[in-house]
Amino acid sequence: MAKVFIYPATSLILSDLVARFGHTPLSAAQSIREHIQTAGLESPPLQISPEDPKKGLKYAAVEVPSGVRGRMSLYGPMIEDAEAGIIIHDADLAFGCMGCARTNELIIFLLKKRDIPVLELNYPKTDAEGAEFVAAIRDFLVGLGREK
Amino acid sequence: MSAYIPRYQGTVTKYVFVESPEMTPQDLAVRAYEISEGAMIKETCFGLQVTGTAEGVEKIIVALRELDPDHIFVKDRGFPPGDPRRCRANLGGARPGFFGHEFEISLIRHVSYGLHELTGRDATSIPHPPTPSPETKLDVDKLKKLVEAQEP
Repeated sequence: MAKVFIYPATSLILSDLVARFGHTPLSAAQSIREHIQTAGLESPPLQISPEDPKKGLKYAAVEVPSGVRGRMSLYGPMIEDAEAGIIIHDADLAFGCMGCARTNELIIFLLKKRDIPVLELNYPKTDAEGAEFVAAIRDFLVGLGREK
Repeated sequence: MSAYIPRYQGTVTKYVFVESPEMTPQDLAVRAYEISEGAMIKETCFGLQVTGTAEGVEKIIVALRELDPDHIFVKDRGFPPGDPRRCRANLGGARPGFFGHEFEISLIRHVSYGLHELTGRDATSIPHPPTPSPETKLDVDKLKKLVEAQEP
């Protein structure tokens, strides 16, 4: 069972398919759960403490907005932990109220920089594309099982 | 600053989405209540939220998936149900994360079709999924040449 980082990190489709084919999806929920289930000082809404942007310094420089560093403190350790990655490129939902464009670019860059298998796709817009999309993810994940 | 005492510590929460012509969230909820064994089940308009120990939730998810495997989708959730930082009852408007789910649910019928077709698919056939356009962004050196060409 490999740990597969998914992008967008909140994706229902990727999270489900990775778990369905027997691997562990690394998604935003896990790191957020870890933060909000750790006792400490009240820091709503996500319990991001002043320490977190400092942890983000490992991935982004000090002059980068603290939002990027705060987000990277959630995603960075998961990218380091990942044994594979799946990226959906036309995921407009990852920008706006759901996330930050610069962080997204950094996440994709860090994933590609790591020497791990990465599958890059777009969302399926038709049934025929859906069939190919699911088959590609299945083959990629089955292949991970063989490599290990 | 006040002390923060987490609720539902040590639990996991999972969303169960159902997008099926043969099953409603209510059908799913009834089955989930039957096998819940102490886990918290919350019925929603799109499916369920299941909260409990990791093993207990996984057991329920496996049983629920069997009802309609191609049309039931599951993902993790960071917050427990009803958390005042996320619950619509406290905030008003759409819950943060709703728009992502709304977008993916609009495409999920294609994924369901893909899952259905997977069983009859030739294992040796190479898939051709939708991929990003190979067009590259403007090269920095080319941009520099363009800028220099514009200078008087």
